[in-house]
This record gives sequence, structure tokens and C-alpha cells, in this order.
Amino acid sequence: MTGVAAAPRQWRRPPVLIQSRLWRWIIYGGALIYFLAAFGTLEINWQRVYEGLDRGARFAQGFLLPDFVTRANDIWRGMVESVTMTVCSTIVGVLISIPIGLGAARNLAPAPVYLLCRSIIAVSRAFQEIVIAILFVAMFGFGPFAGFLTLSFATIGFLSKLLADDIEEIDESQAEATRATGATWWQIVNYGIQPQVMPRLVGLSLYRLDINFRESAVIGIVGAGGIGATLNTSMQRYDYNTAGAILILIIILVMLAEYGSSHIRKWVQ
Amino acid sequence: MPAGSTLSGRTWRKHTTAGEWAVWLGWFAAGVVFVLSWRVMNENTIWAFVQDAPRQAGDLLSRSWPPRLSYLNKLWAPLWDTLNIATLGTVIGTVLAVPTAFFAARNTTPSALILRPIALFIIVASRSINSLIWALLLVAILGPGLLAGIIAIALRSIGFVGKLLYEAIEEIDESQVEAVRATGAGGWQVIDYGIIPQVLPTFAGITVFRWDINIRESTILGLVGAGGIGLQLQSSLNVLAWSQVTVIFALILLTVILSEWVSSKVRRAII
Repeated sequence: MTGVAAAPRQWRRPPVLIQSRLWRWIIYGGALIYFLAAFGTLEINWQRVYEGLDRGARFAQGFLLPDFVTRANDIWRGMVESVTMTVCSTIVGVLISIPIGLGAARNLAPAPVYLLCRSIIAVSRAFQEIVIAILFVAMFGFGPFAGFLTLSFATIGFLSKLLADDIEEIDESQAEATRATGATWWQIVNYGIQPQVMPRLVGLSLYRLDINFRESAVIGIVGAGGIGATLNTSMQRYDYNTAGAILILIIILVMLAEYGSSHIRKWVQ
Repeated sequence: MPAGSTLSGRTWRKHTTAGEWAVWLGWFAAGVVFVLSWRVMNENTIWAFVQDAPRQAGDLLSRSWPPRLSYLNKLWAPLWDTLNIATLGTVIGTVLAVPTAFFAARNTTPSALILRPIALFIIVASRSINSLIWALLLVAILGPGLLAGIIAIALRSIGFVGKLLYEAIEEIDESQVEAVRATGAGGWQVIDYGIIPQVLPTFAGITVFRWDINIRESTILGLVGAGGIGLQLQSSLNVLAWSQVTVIFALILLTVILSEWVSSKVRRAII
């Protein structure tokens, strides 16, 4: 705030976010009260935290000196499960989400179909992968098959919604032109709509492949197979060097998947 | 696919012959990859369990209905904890993400050679590990409880907020920065008057968005012992009390929908 001598008043910076002074005070005051209440009810066992610090140091050491060898078989099996789960669930998920996406587009589907498909999407999006994994593990037993079903289900919600939104925003004149040639519904979809949404669909599928791999590392914690199960086991055994190795592998694979999928997406679009 | 006319004696086709081959080859490759993955994945699958699934599902449904509504009374305190994990985690994560983002942005980093790669690595490492895995590690180190959950959420938020914020910083209008610098402002003043006003709305939007995601994620952190309503979920699952699980799921769903609504309202008001 450098004052300008010639002007009668000093320039003051206007508030950026909340213009009304009343609301600003209400919101800041509310936040303050909330934080006081939150810290007041926070129960932290500092003794336990202090004791945990040398475990933390050992974990950091494990991360710096990862042990890929001792449990190489378990790590390899977990990784193979994760990758195969990712691939299968993405392919199946994409194949199922295309018809649902078509049905959930208001400009293509009649009202009952539209409502049905939109509610399938809503159900699939409402619950997170881990909650669905708990249910599927209870139904289908432990192992990657439950994980595969979980990821496929989650893919359907993600992809059909974006595909449907995409179809609703297409250039109608192309579909109209196709219809004017006397095309049937299938032909309209195939010649008037599919070329417009295809590049984005491919891009989104690759993006979902990337997400599915990340999630496959998590759902193992509740018993749905994959590298997450291996990680969970090694943490329970206090085998921090193996856990460090698994974390490093996850980071590398996620980076590769992200880099690869963004590269292919750029090339497709 | 002959959907065309034969005016010039040739039929219009959607793809050239080579293009058709490429499409079929793509489908074939996807099919092969799928079959191979499927076989490897299901090596240890016990199909008897899978065939049994409809019966299991029916059993599950009959156990989880009617929900044990009296259980709700035990859930308010964990729900408050969950809210605190998400909010405090977001606050800590955001506070740490701001300097990281300024170090990572090409136009504000103090040293492109050392600090920028470090900041980018922090962002990538934080982003590629899910908060549930962070919680798994932190519970082993810090012991079960809210603190592990808060730090797990914070660590995951650094990457998310940091990445979006540094991209926003890189896309600012440089002429405003130059104008502030031309008045003789120092380094901090340039950031304070030239850059922050430009990225503040985006920043607020990102933070609220992340808070919404964090509410969603903090509901399940208890599965690995990191406090909140997930702890009740875990203990109900352990004793197969499915009628309580139903109540918990319903409450989680309600919370998530509410936080999504709040965050979309706030973001619309800001942007």
C-alpha cells in the first residue's frame, strides 16, 4: 500500500472474493467458530504419535532402500492382477457404457429409456469404488474377479455420463442431414453422431484406463485383489522395505499410464 | 456399409479399404488383449462362488433390510469426525500446496533447475497415491485415529490443488505482472498485487472442489483405522451387521450429495 501524495484518499485494494462486508464477516466468523469447535473435539494421542516417530523413520528408510527381491513373487502377482483387472474392466466397462450412454442422451432416446439410463448412471456414480468393492467381495468372494466387477461398474457411471453429455452437445445439423436421407435410427447414430463423438470417447476411455489402474491399487485393501492387497499384507507384516518397493512401482506405473494415455489422447484428437 | 448412391458408378464408403482394415485390426487386438488378460486374471477365481452370487446377494439384501435406524444415534459423533478430517485435511493440504505450486510454475519458480523438479515430483507422488493408501501408511506410523486421517487427506490434496494451481499460475496475464513491476514493486509485491488477484478465484474454486472430494474420501478412511464414520463401517462389517451397514451407507450417500451440492453452489458463486 504505497500512498499517493497528490490524491486526497489512499487507494485500498478491493476485496477479491466476497464483496458484501456483512457476508464477509459472517463467513469468516463462521469459519473461525467451526475451527475452534473442530480443534476442541480433536482427540489426538500425542504419546502414541511420539512413539510412532521412529517407525516413521524406519518407513522412510524402507522407501529409500526398497526391497524388490524378497517378495518378488507376491509383488509380481499383485501387479499382474492389477493390470489384467484394469484392462478387462476398462474394455467391458466401455462396451457396456456405450449403449447406456446412447440411452441417456436426451436427443436420441425416448423418455422412459432416458430416465432408466440416467438412473443407472446416478447409482453408479453415487458410491465410491471401495464401497462397491465391499459389496461385490461379499457377493462374489475374495479376489480379482470382484475387483473387475467393481471397476467395470464404476467405469459405466463415469463413461456413460460423459458420453451422454457429449452426444447432447453435438452439432444437430449433421444428424439432421443424415435423417433427411431417410436413414434409420441406427444409421443416424452410425453416420451422424458417432463420427462427432468418437475422438472424445477414445480419449475418455484411455483416461478411464488410467483411473482404473489407480483404483485397482486401492480396492485390494478390502479384498478385491490386485497390488493393494499385497501392499496391505506387507504393511501388516511391518515389512516396510517391500511396502516401499510397491509404492515406488505404483508411482512409476501411474506416471507411465498418465503420460502414455495423455500422449495417445493428443494423437487421437 | 453401402448407404450411398451409385451416381459415379462407385459406392460411397465411410472408410477406405486400409481404414477398414485398421479398424478391424484394432478390434481384433483389443479382443486378444482382453481374452489373455481375462484368462490370467481368473486363474484363481473360484467359479462356484461366482455362480453362488445371486443367492449371496439375496441373502445380503434380506440381512440388510430393514435398516437398524436406532444405530443412527451412534453415528453423529463419527460423522462430525469425518467432517473434521476432510476440512482440516483440506486446509493443511492447501496451505502446503500454495508454495509448492509457486515453486512448480515456470513463471514464478525461484530456481528452474532444482526447486521446480522437486515441486513437480511432490505433486506427482502425492497425486499417484490414493488417500486410502496414504492413510494405511500413516496409521502404521502414527497409530489409528483422526490425525492419520487428516494428514492422509492433506498429503493427497497437495498434489491435486498444487497441480491445478500451478497450471493456473502459468496461464496468467503477464501484462498485469509487468504493470505492477513497472511501479517499482518488489518480488513479494509483484506476487501479492500482480499474480494473486488473478488466480484467487480459481484457487478458491479448486479448494472447494477438493473439499467436496475429500468429504467423499474421508468417509471410508476408517476402513484402515484412520477415524471417522469408516471406523463404524469397518466394525459393522467385521460382525456382519448388514442392517447397520445399510444405515451407514445411507448416511454416507446423504453427506456426499449434500457436500456436492454445497460445493457446486459455492463454485458457481465464485466463478
